Amino acid sequence: MIKLDLHKSFKSGANSFTLNLQTEIKEGSFVAIRGKSGAGKSTLLRLLAGLLSPEAGKIQVNDQNWFESATGTNLSIQTRNIGFVFQDYALFPHLTVKQNLEFAADKDADKEHVEDLIQVMELNELLDRKPDTLSGGQKQRVALARALVRKPSLLLLDEPLSALDTEIRIKLQQHIKQLHQRFKLTTLMVTHDQGEILRMADRLIEIEDGKIVADGKPTEILGSKALSGKFSFNGEVLSIEDQEFISIVTVLVGLDTVRIVLDESERKGLKIGDKVIVASKAFNPILYKL
Amino acid sequence: MIDWQPIFLSLKLALVTTILLFFISVPISNWLASSKSRIKPVIEALISLPLVLPPTVIGFYLLLAFSPNSSLGGWLKETLGLELIFSFEGLVLASMIYSLPFMVQPIYGALSKLPPSLKEASYVLGKSKWTTLLKVLLPNIKPAILTGLVLSFAHTIGEFGVVLMIGGNIPGETKVASIAIYDEVESLNYGLANAYSLVLLALCFGILLSVYLFNGGHFKLNRND
Repeated sequence: MIKLDLHKSFKSGANSFTLNLQTEIKEGSFVAIRGKSGAGKSTLLRLLAGLLSPEAGKIQVNDQNWFESATGTNLSIQTRNIGFVFQDYALFPHLTVKQNLEFAADKDADKEHVEDLIQVMELNELLDRKPDTLSGGQKQRVALARALVRKPSLLLLDEPLSALDTEIRIKLQQHIKQLHQRFKLTTLMVTHDQGEILRMADRLIEIEDGKIVADGKPTEILGSKALSGKFSFNGEVLSIEDQEFISIVTVLVGLDTVRIVLDESERKGLKIGDKVIVASKAFNPILYKL
Repeated sequence: MIDWQPIFLSLKLALVTTILLFFISVPISNWLASSKSRIKPVIEALISLPLVLPPTVIGFYLLLAFSPNSSLGGWLKETLGLELIFSFEGLVLASMIYSLPFMVQPIYGALSKLPPSLKEASYVLGKSKWTTLLKVLLPNIKPAILTGLVLSFAHTIGEFGVVLMIGGNIPGETKVASIAIYDEVESLNYGLANAYSLVLLALCFGILLSVYLFNGGHFKLNRND
């Protein structure tokens, strides 16, 4: 269980605001954090990691006090043992992938665990390459593996997939989900992508001006209440073919595409790249065993 | 016949100065790159002062400070037995002050240009500030370190005013190449002055050329710059 009570005032340009957050996070949960830029999402992660210190409040992780202003407790970044994945990956450019992982490992590190991570993240082919020669998705896989080498109690992801294209993003989402299940890691992920939140998180916290404005199940906050819960997938509009009375919209759901027929009123306002929910209202889905 | 001693003395002075300066400049640069202290501009200005001040001004004040009659000079002589006037040790210290900006500026500049996430990532991975500096930050600014080393070395070889003020012209102790040239010109030995000058010219050109070749990637040493 993580208990947070954070206060910090900020000046970003002309406007200043005060971060004021109180919440509890269950062990092993996957929490998505959403909000406009400058709302305090990254700040929340940085406060947890110890890269920033709150002015007042308390951070308690599994009954251990990481920060408490009343007693002057402030555990150093190094001793908090968290996994942090930075937006720009922050791989060490002078080290190979293998050396990046080794750097993270302590002397008494669990070699099998590192091997395991290499397998899960499919890094075998990349071990001797320098970060400069990797694609964005590959760098992110290395960054994730490196963050987990020390078996952190908490994984913090700062918009880890925002710079990647859809196909790679979905693959990496699966990777992260897999890691989360395998290592039972409490995970906090800053993200803007609704599909990502719905696919991965079991809880969504929305932050505005440093305060929590919504907190609950992602489907409750994001999903439309009018839809039945039977059948609903998140996707992205790939193409729209307008015909005489109807339009045929191709939507990317996961790695598959579905084609959906819309009438004029439904077609209105829809453009390529829009995030959509594909759902059913009136029929029962059928299941075939493969 | 050319006396090689001043040339060797110049090289020795430059080598000792550069090595000592490197170990001092790394922590200073690291502090400058990460500090938000109010006195930082004052420190920056002090470090850069030798760039603009006539060497004779630095030499003059060092002469006063190191003189056995001054409190600092007297204390140094009494407690450490160190005489910094007209001695090689004094030249080293003066050269370090004089060449400080040439070492600090490139290292400081390169450290501040590194993305902060590199340092943060290392801290998050449990590494101390010291380990982070040695194993993450410095290896990623190799071209700047090379530039700092070479500029300090070459600048020390080319030094004249400070050396003359506090070192004088003692053969084997403080008579470096630049002083030797001045000395030969004074005695109208243009031939010898020319010989010394040519050696210095070739030496400095060679050093600078090697820096530009290395840092220009001609030897493929660094791909991160």
